[in-house]
Amino acid sequence: MELKEKLASSFLAFENKVDIDTTSKVHDIRTEAFGAFESKGFPTKKDEEWKYTSLNAVLKHDYNVFPKAIPTLAYEQVKKFLLNETDCYNLIFIDGVFSSFLSETTHDGLDVCVMSAALEKPKYKMVIDAYFNQLANKKNSLSDLNTAFSNEGAYIQIPKNTVVPKPIQIVNFSTGTEKELLIQPRNLVIVGENAHVQIVERHQSLTENNTLTNSVTEIFVKTRGIVDVYKMQNDRASASLIDSTFVSQERDSVASVHTFSFGGNLTRNNLEFYQEGTHCVSHLNGISILNEKQHVDNHTLVKHKAPNCESHEMYKGIYDDRATGVFNGKVIVEQAAQKINAFQQNNNIIVGDKASVNTKPQLEIFADDVKCSHGCTIGQLDESALFYMQQRGIPKKEAKALLMYAFSNDALKDVKIPELKAQLNKIIAHKLDVKIGFDL
Amino acid sequence: MLKIENLHARIEDKEILKGLNIQVNAGEVHAIMGPNGAGKSTLASVIAGKEEYEVTEGNIALNEKDISELAPEERAHEGVFLSFQYPVEIPGVTVTNFIKSSINETRKAKGLEEMPAKDLLKMIREKSELLEIDRKFLSRSLNEGFSGGEKKRNEIFQMAMMEPKLAILDETDSGLDIDALRIVANGVNKLKSNDNAVIVITHYQRLLEYIVPDFVHVLYDGKIVKSGSKELALELEEKGYDWIKEELKA
Ligand SMILES: Nc1ncnc2c1ncn2[C@@H]1O[C@H](COP(=O)(O)OP(=O)(O)OP(=O)(O)O)[C@@H](O)[C@H]1O
Ligand SMILES: [Mg+2]
Repeated sequence: MELKEKLASSFLAFENKVDIDTTSKVHDIRTEAFGAFESKGFPTKKDEEWKYTSLNAVLKHDYNVFPKAIPTLAYEQVKKFLLNETDCYNLIFIDGVFSSFLSETTHDGLDVCVMSAALEKPKYKMVIDAYFNQLANKKNSLSDLNTAFSNEGAYIQIPKNTVVPKPIQIVNFSTGTEKELLIQPRNLVIVGENAHVQIVERHQSLTENNTLTNSVTEIFVKTRGIVDVYKMQNDRASASLIDSTFVSQERDSVASVHTFSFGGNLTRNNLEFYQEGTHCVSHLNGISILNEKQHVDNHTLVKHKAPNCESHEMYKGIYDDRATGVFNGKVIVEQAAQKINAFQQNNNIIVGDKASVNTKPQLEIFADDVKCSHGCTIGQLDESALFYMQQRGIPKKEAKALLMYAFSNDALKDVKIPELKAQLNKIIAHKLDVKIGFDL
Repeated sequence: MLKIENLHARIEDKEILKGLNIQVNAGEVHAIMGPNGAGKSTLASVIAGKEEYEVTEGNIALNEKDISELAPEERAHEGVFLSFQYPVEIPGVTVTNFIKSSINETRKAKGLEEMPAKDLLKMIREKSELLEIDRKFLSRSLNEGFSGGEKKRNEIFQMAMMEPKLAILDETDSGLDIDALRIVANGVNKLKSNDNAVIVITHYQRLLEYIVPDFVHVLYDGKIVKSGSKELALELEEKGYDWIKEELKA
């Protein structure tokens, strides 16, 4: 059976199974979303936004849409994929199902809990009605597919004036109990007025069985709110990820999303920022270090809708072996959005003979008093720098690694969780296959 | 220490060194002078092992060992240090981290443990004081945005840290102000011993007043065409190179 047909029959079964309050809009939202998915189908390379990323190979697997059995995991098995020394709220999901055993939630002064509860319980109804699917609706057929099956994920609501004292860690494990599994986490984050929160998100497969994760996250940042999101993408070669993250910002808010892509088979990031109020600041940082046949496609959108805002976008990539990358950075400055400062840069180093990257800035500017800059570079490592370093006793391999470290340095300097920074450092060192007495 | 015989080297199709001979013994200071484009920096790069240059004839021996097949880092591990005419900017790597990598990679090549951080910091402090380098420089990206003089001073600082056997200073004096020249020369002199040797490439007699050479050579058109004592440098400063070219024609 084709995946699309399988999804249609699964959808009927799913909707009959979930028992929700009939006054809730969620049922209608799901049904409408599935209709939208069905009419558009999966994107193909004919679609302009998917020109360089083909889902064909990923979609031909016979994914189970729901896991048959719910496996458990011991902390020791997954420890290395978590922040351990840093005190965190933890939302851990195993094959798409919440693990209360591994998690630490709260309702004390803020909500760090699960989407399934928020979608079902009447006390969240107002919030769900006001926010759920407000950003993701009809943005792309994959986010619609996620909406149709939305059931589980992180639900985070930070009230006004609350500085969340510790990071929130959201981790999705897939165990491989199912031969091939499709997971569709759905996260909702509401950062209240003048509130501040840090979120770390990972997707991690634990076996060689194929997994496809189609994740959607909606983030609402209220006036003067601050949110830092770190996306760690360092999965196995059997795991593919489509991540769609939508951020809506009210005035004077600051939102940062850092995307660290080091692994996985195919990774597609759709990251969209909507600046609704004045004096917003958005940061989009990305670093991809890829080898073998890995493919990462970063599609970003920053929509400036109000005046006096800033956006800073910096994506870097290092491509070895046959790895391929895509960067597509769209910036739209609406007519009302005067005095905007929009910065975008995409720098790439090609190491492997067969590696490649496609980079495309797309600027659509309808306001006249704006400062927009963009640039991209694709290059090899600087030979004269390598000779200089070798002359100082640093072997060529280490010299290359050092230059690549230095190149990636920028992307790590804004990581505000020391343990995460140390983990990233270690992954980068491992990725570059080097032991060197050097730290960032 | 260094013995070069009949060295021919080219880049792409252009022959630049055309049968060059020089011998430098431990404890000596040699100055190499010569007009622009004569091949001085090329000689330095070839000794240091830059791969773009192809050695077509002749040999280079360091302490009686042929080094012409060694990679640049292996030559560095053998004690060759080149202070670059144009030091390269390494964005994102601080001076301290760079030196730490240099020293520890060199130690690793010799089968030694990494230098303990405490000792390294102490050495960095001593040598940066010797060269009057502001501590703030040490946490900046290597050479990035450094002025011409700052880059040169930093090269000698690295040399002081590496304690090479053979140091080649390629126009280290150009770009230095008068005070910096004295400080840098003083640094080089402090490092001099009977076990090491220095080759100073320069256009100016001034540096040689501070770093006094035992021999002065004129490199012209890819060859050493004249050698003499330190007085030769004075003569060149006064008369230029035309008289040597005339001598060669005769
Ligand atoms: N990469 C290269 N490609 C082509 N020609 C080169 C290259 N490098 C050096 N040359 C040429 O080799 C010759 C010698 O250059 P070199 O830099 O060694 O001169 P130099 O004696 O150091 O001069 P200066 O006093 O100006 O520093 C010059 O004619 C130069 O143009
Ligand atoms: Mg030169």
